Formats: sequence, structure tokens, C-alpha cells
Amino acid sequence: MPEITYRQALKDAMIDELERDENVVIIGEEVAQYNGAYKVTEGLLKRFGPKRIVDAPISEAGFIGMGIGASMLGIRPVMELMFWSFAYVAWDQIINNAASVRYMSGGLINVPIVIRGPANGGTGVGATHSHTPENFIANTPGLKVVCPASPYDAKGLMKSAIRDNDPVYVMESTIMYNDKGEVPDDDYVVPIGQADVKREGSDLSLIAHGPSVLVCLEAANVLSSEHGIEAEVVDLRSIRPLDEETIINSVKKTNRAVLVEENKPFCGVGSQISHTIQSQAFDYLDAPIQRASALDAPAIYSPPLEKKQLPKADVVIKKALEIC
Amino acid sequence: MTKTTAQPKRARQKPEKADLSSEAKSPVNADLTKDQHTKFYTDMVRIRRFEERSLRAYQQGKIAGFLHLYIGQESIAVGCVSLMDENDHIITAYRDHGHALAVGMGMDECMAELYGKATGCSKGKGGSMHYFDPSKRYWGGHGIVGGQTPLGAGLAYALKYKEIEGCALCFLGDGAINQGAFHESLNLAALWDLPVVYIVENNGYSMGTSQERSSAHPDAGIAARAEGYKMNWAHINGESIFDVREGVSAAMKLAKSDSKPSLLEIHTYRYQGHSIADANHKKYRTKEEIEDYRKNHDPVSLYRDYLIDAKLLDEEGVKEIDQAAKAEAEASAQFAEESPFPPEEDILKDVYWEEDNPDQKTSGGRIFFND
Repeated sequence: MPEITYRQALKDAMIDELERDENVVIIGEEVAQYNGAYKVTEGLLKRFGPKRIVDAPISEAGFIGMGIGASMLGIRPVMELMFWSFAYVAWDQIINNAASVRYMSGGLINVPIVIRGPANGGTGVGATHSHTPENFIANTPGLKVVCPASPYDAKGLMKSAIRDNDPVYVMESTIMYNDKGEVPDDDYVVPIGQADVKREGSDLSLIAHGPSVLVCLEAANVLSSEHGIEAEVVDLRSIRPLDEETIINSVKKTNRAVLVEENKPFCGVGSQISHTIQSQAFDYLDAPIQRASALDAPAIYSPPLEKKQLPKADVVIKKALEIC
Repeated sequence: MTKTTAQPKRARQKPEKADLSSEAKSPVNADLTKDQHTKFYTDMVRIRRFEERSLRAYQQGKIAGFLHLYIGQESIAVGCVSLMDENDHIITAYRDHGHALAVGMGMDECMAELYGKATGCSKGKGGSMHYFDPSKRYWGGHGIVGGQTPLGAGLAYALKYKEIEGCALCFLGDGAINQGAFHESLNLAALWDLPVVYIVENNGYSMGTSQERSSAHPDAGIAARAEGYKMNWAHINGESIFDVREGVSAAMKLAKSDSKPSLLEIHTYRYQGHSIADANHKKYRTKEEIEDYRKNHDPVSLYRDYLIDAKLLDEEGVKEIDQAAKAEAEASAQFAEESPFPPEEDILKDVYWEEDNPDQKTSGGRIFFND
């Protein structure tokens, strides 16, 4: 099986869908002539031309709202946000219009739009550019949100997102764009709403999404080699819908859980997972659920401190050892 | 650097009183048949009677939330919709009842929506501000000021992408013209030559703040802001359905033949408050001003007078139309009253397409989170 980068996997998904459905268009800042601020759309303009691959001015509210309007008439826009942090200037479109039009029309309209882009900290760009809004999105009925953490999932989830008839927001990570992994050439999809056990284990469940999955895998290796603890790593992949079954099965097996995310703790994704576990697997828990989230302040710039602000393997290991 | 002192902005200028008999002779109006005239007039009267009846229902406590009435502006929705063909689409803000009735949505479904009933056009899920009927190419009904303006560009984008010779009519109030999303939409529309016609229904007040106190704009008026986007613009006198038709048809032609957008400013007036909850609407404007518009600039009365003068309708005909509209509105209130509220299980329907079409569902996992 070929090994490709996370970036290439996303692009391959878009290429497949652009070829499969003539109503798919890619719109965003610098996606065409500049070849993508993070090169995710590199070469697409040359291959598909300016009708399908469209450079937008810096007007997120305008072009994302435009994409929502076009999707009501059957276009399938894949809108790139250079950073998910820029979503907030388009929040009315992203939250109010995309999520509510179907409901307010009594189900007469659907909005098959994809909004994608990186949503991660850890790159020295300060508070305005380091947001991880998957928890906000997941709080909004009508929207779906996925956070692929491997090249395989990036391709499979992106294809599912583009084919979905509801708005699907894809949170990527600049830190993972160069990560390589095995990705089949064929036309597979990863269904939205299915978690994936990235490492089997019997002593503890590390439950994470996005870049935190990689942190958990690193922590699991250390826990195994240095402490004899076998951690299971559950990659949520999709936040809403949420694969509760996989989470609960893992906790029933291990009886312990650490929830890891780059989100801030208050009302972060882990809050919901924690509730899910206590309500569905209360009797299986041998210890309180632990959480490792970003330290609760705006993203700091100073590079050494920024590394401390986001939960790294040492924090996960510490949290794990507290309950094992 | 010389310090400049801000000059008072020019107040909204009332246009010259419309001359319907001469405007009726313009090319887009000259060939209207008696039946067409009767239909336009009837639709305007139906909108007014529907809204008067809804106001009564609101006062009776039958309707919750907000009720933004269109009374005084009827010539705009009817005039614009009369120009649409099967490739043209329409979207508006929260003062949306007039446009809905003009595109052919029924009074029953519209009134029932206000009552929050299952028989409403959105099954009671949208309310006054959120009417929709995509089968009539009517895409809402949007509650956030200016929020629909990018969607209007999107409808036009889709038409152009699919190479359909149609256009999108995107309505907004004068209060929306200072929203960022609107300016972003104008830029995109002009930049990408989108076939969209932005129609500002300028009733002079963004809620309780007059245009004079809310908008900096060129002396030529708010539509002249389009110059900044190198976009076509025009002023239209909304008290005349003929002026509406003439001005809007030119912009639609430009959109459909040349794929060029326009920004139109239609001078109009609302007799009621911003919404019925607006108790101050006689404080931020004078009673005399309201009376002057009612008496001298009312689009329904002016059209009626023209039709009688032109012998296209007689007093008896006018009376019949009015009585029928009143009866239809009354029946719609009855229909709404007798209709059931949606069942509680409807709350979780129409949220996701996929959940409503389980046979085509591909996602797994949990999507709703109440225990």
C-alpha cells in the first residue's frame, strides 16, 4: 500500500470527488493560483481549471455564506478556511445559516457543504490563530464535525464529508500535514461517526481526537515500556456524531480513562465524553476519569511555554499513573 | 493635515410623487393585461389583509415572538415577483410575509406558521421570520440582519455555475446595509459577475434609528455605495408598482443577459413599527410623517386609483377583491386556529437530512445527545 502524507491524502480525496461529481467545487483563500497556503490544494487549478478551483478574497463571511447559498441549489462546495481560527468572522454563516436552514424550512432544504482547514495550536502563531473550535461546532445541532488524525482517515473522512448531504466541518492539523501513512489508492470512505481503536490495550483507555491521538500513542508506548501499563488509544475521528459504543466498550474493558484534547477544558469535548462514560459505564469505572486539555488561557506565543500549554505525552503519562 | 468636520448627512429624500399613469406606459408595463393588473392588485391587497389579520392574532396572543409587518411596502414584493420566471430565485430577510404570498405561498400555511402549527409552511419550526418554499424558488425568510446577503450571492453563483439563465433577487432592509456580510457579498457579486440583484427596501428606519443617524453614504443615496464596487445601481420609487417593475426588470435583464449584479434602492415606508413589539414607533418618527405616507404615498391606494382611472377595475371590483382578501385572511386564521401543534417528537426531526432519510444513512454514532 502506498505511503503518502496527510496533506496528499486530503488532496487525493478532493481529486476523487471532483472527478466523481461535477457539482463539487473548491473555494477558499489562495487555494488556486497560490496552490494553497498549506499546499493541500496544490495542482488542483491546473488539473480542474478556474471554474472548479476558485480563489476567494479575504471575506470569510461572504464566501462561506455564498457557499451555503450555492449548496441549497445543489452545488457541493468544499470551502477552505486558511485557519479554523478565521471561522469567527463568518460565525453567523457557519452556525446560524448552515445549521438552521434545514430546520427552519421544516426539512425542505439541505446544505451539503464542507468547510475544512487546520484547527490546531503549537505552531507559534499566538492566540488568534490557534483555535480548536470543534467543541463549539459540536454544540450546534445540524452540524457534523470530524477531526482526522491519520492520512488514511483524512482521505476517507474527507470523501465521506463531501458526499454527505448535511454540513460537515473537517478539522485538520498543520502539524500533521507532513505525516506519512499507508493509504489505499482505491475509492474507500471512512464513515462519519465511527471511532477507531488505534492501539489495543487492557489497562487504561486514552481517548482523544486530532493531534492528541498521536500524543496518546506516544504516551502509550512509554506507559508500556516503562510502567508495564497497556493503554488502549481510542481515536474519536468524529466528534458529532459521536461513536459512544467504541468509547464505552473500551472503558468496560480497561475500567479507566484519560481524555486528551488540545481543546480548553471548560465545555471541551472531554466534558461530553466524561458524561457519556459516567452515565453508561459507571459501574465499570475503577477510578475517576482524568482529563488532559490545553492549559486554560489563550494560546501563548512564547514557543517553550506553548509546548507546555498543550497536553503532551508527559502530561498524559502523569494523568494515567494517577489512576493506574 | 487639515482637520475636517463631519458634515451632517443628507436625510433620506422622499421621491417625487409617483405618476402611475405615465409610468404605466413604460415598455415593461405597457403590455400588461387587465388580468395581470387585477392579479397584481389582488396580491397587494391580500398581503395587506393577511398582515392586518395576523396583527390582530398577535394582539390576541395567538402568535409568539416577533411579527415584522410589511404593510406599506406591498408594491415591492408583488412588483418584483411579477418579473420572475422559472429560473429566477428569491431570498429575503425577516420581513418576509409579503414576498411569500407574492410567490404563491398560501395564506393558510403562512398564518399557521405564525401560530406555530404543524400545518405551517415550515411545520411551525421557523415562525414569522423564517418562511421557506424552495418549490417556488423562495429561499427564506432570514432572521439575522444582512445574514441572507451572502446566501443570495450563493444562489446566483449556483445559477451561473450550472449555466442557467436566471437570477437571484436578494432583498434586505436599509438597516442591513452597514453589515459586513453585505459588503463582502457586494464585492463577491461584482468581482465574480454574479447574476444577483440586491434590493434594499429602504423604509427609512433600521428599527428605531433613522437612516440619517445610521448610514454614511454619498449624497446620491445608499445605492450609490455600489459605485465603490463598480456595480450598477438605481433608485426606485416604491409607491408605484410600475416604477418597481421598470427598475427591477432592467437590473434583472443585466443579471440574466450579462451576468452583472445590481444594487437597487427602493424608497418605501412601513406604517407599523419595526416589529409589533416596537412600542416606540411613533416616538422616533412623527404621526404626521406616518399619516402623510398613508394618505399620499400608499402603494395600494395609488394602484387602485390608477386602475379605476384607467377603467381596468371599477369600485365594485375593488370592493370584491378587498372582501375576498379579508375573507381569505379570516379563513386562514380559522385554519391556523384549528390546526394541531406539531407533536413533541417533531423537535428532533428536520435537523439532519441523514436522520430524516434513514434508508440512505451512511454515518454511525450518536447524533442527538439528550439522555
